[in-house]
Amino acid sequence: MELFFEQLPIVFRSLNTGFLQTLKLFFVTLLGAFPLGLVIAFGSMSRFKPLSALVRLLVAVIRGTPLMIQLLIVYFFPGLVLDNPIWGSGESGRFLAASMAFILNYACYFSEIYRGGIQSVPEGQNEAGLVLGMTKSQIFFKVTLLQMIKRIIPPMSNEVITLVKDTSLARIIALQEIIWAGQSFMKGSHGISGAIWPLFFTAIYYLLFNGILTVLLARLEKKLNYFR
Amino acid sequence: MPILEVEQLHKSFGQTEVLRDISFSLEKGQVLSLIGSSGSGKTTLLRCLNFLEQPDAGVIRVNGETLFSAADPASQRMSEIRKKRLHFGLVFQSFNLFPQYTAKENVMLAKRLLARDQADYKARKREIFAAIEAEAIDLLTQMGLKDRMDNYPHQLSGGQCQRVAIARALALAPDILCFDEPTSALDPELTGEVLKVIRDLANQNMTMVIVTHEMAFARDVSNHVIFMDDGQIVEQGMPEQVFGYPAEERTRRFLTRFRDQ
Repeated sequence: MELFFEQLPIVFRSLNTGFLQTLKLFFVTLLGAFPLGLVIAFGSMSRFKPLSALVRLLVAVIRGTPLMIQLLIVYFFPGLVLDNPIWGSGESGRFLAASMAFILNYACYFSEIYRGGIQSVPEGQNEAGLVLGMTKSQIFFKVTLLQMIKRIIPPMSNEVITLVKDTSLARIIALQEIIWAGQSFMKGSHGISGAIWPLFFTAIYYLLFNGILTVLLARLEKKLNYFR
Repeated sequence: MPILEVEQLHKSFGQTEVLRDISFSLEKGQVLSLIGSSGSGKTTLLRCLNFLEQPDAGVIRVNGETLFSAADPASQRMSEIRKKRLHFGLVFQSFNLFPQYTAKENVMLAKRLLARDQADYKARKREIFAAIEAEAIDLLTQMGLKDRMDNYPHQLSGGQCQRVAIARALALAPDILCFDEPTSALDPELTGEVLKVIRDLANQNMTMVIVTHEMAFARDVSNHVIFMDDGQIVEQGMPEQVFGYPAEERTRRFLTRFRDQ
């Protein structure tokens, strides 16, 4: 028991560092995937058939294969196949590769949600804007966007919460996120080895963070309840 | 010179001809009613006037200016269509108010956006916005919605929503205001308040084109009536004539059906 309390601060310091990396990957992914998803959504709705077909194929492939494989391909393909290890070998390189894979993967999921959101806004809203002499971009930003956001908040909340947990997949390319940090105490780290309990502790981090997110997202949803 | 001239308009959706050889004209300050059964092409005609559909053939002129000519691609450029649209206002059957804006904001939105095109927009923004707001308040008061200006559409009855939509269209001061079955989505007890507003506008000599199934109203408020069937104008004339002494058998049958209801 005494030993446990001795090890606790060491483990927490390590888990905190790992969780910081988890959070970094989480926020970078959102920051990249929110706008990229919109671009992909517009691409898949393009009236230029070759473009929309290509974009839809991309979305189908990304959604149809595991994120873990995508991570491995993005990270190892340039070095092993192209003989051009663009990511480098350090933690920053792994983070960059993980970010790319996560952003692309989540952008594809977001794009489908956006598309549903855009298409669920009645055509009459667009027509009313046109008749009032608005430009297409004015109609999108002043009329459609907020109605779309209101409609997509529940499915997006789901994705965001899934993303928190999905960041752990980056463990497969040895990104030093929280699972990696917890697991390191099994193999041996900071003079502690064969300890599985740090790994269990990582779950608490996820649980707490997702709890906060759930509350925030519910608050956002409520904020847009002023209109129907 | 008529304010609106439509010449030999044609429109097909795929194989179906929905408008065939539509020609008519309308004088300033007059009210034109379009009547006919569902699917006769009335709404499509209105949508063509508002550039929501592009006719396959024909010409649309307002104040002598050719706004649309199927033979002239230059008249179909998107950038110009946006300006040309402003000759017309359109009130929809289902209102199409913007749900995230209050009644007043609905009325002000388009005008505020259009004000950006003014050269002195940046310098006089506050002044311009104040004028737009004053005008919106004026219009909504005229519509009997003085106490409802800060309500959101979902807090308003259908009749109130439609009156906001009318104010929204009037805010851009269109030459011709079009109505697409403005009372069809309303409970019967709410149609009266909307028809009254339209009647008031007619008394103020607003030029209007109204697609309606309210025959008594059409007869009462219009200067000119067009009866359409199967994409064609079957008969047109003064309301007394079309309703009282219809020349065509099809018109008679249509009107009898309405009287029987």
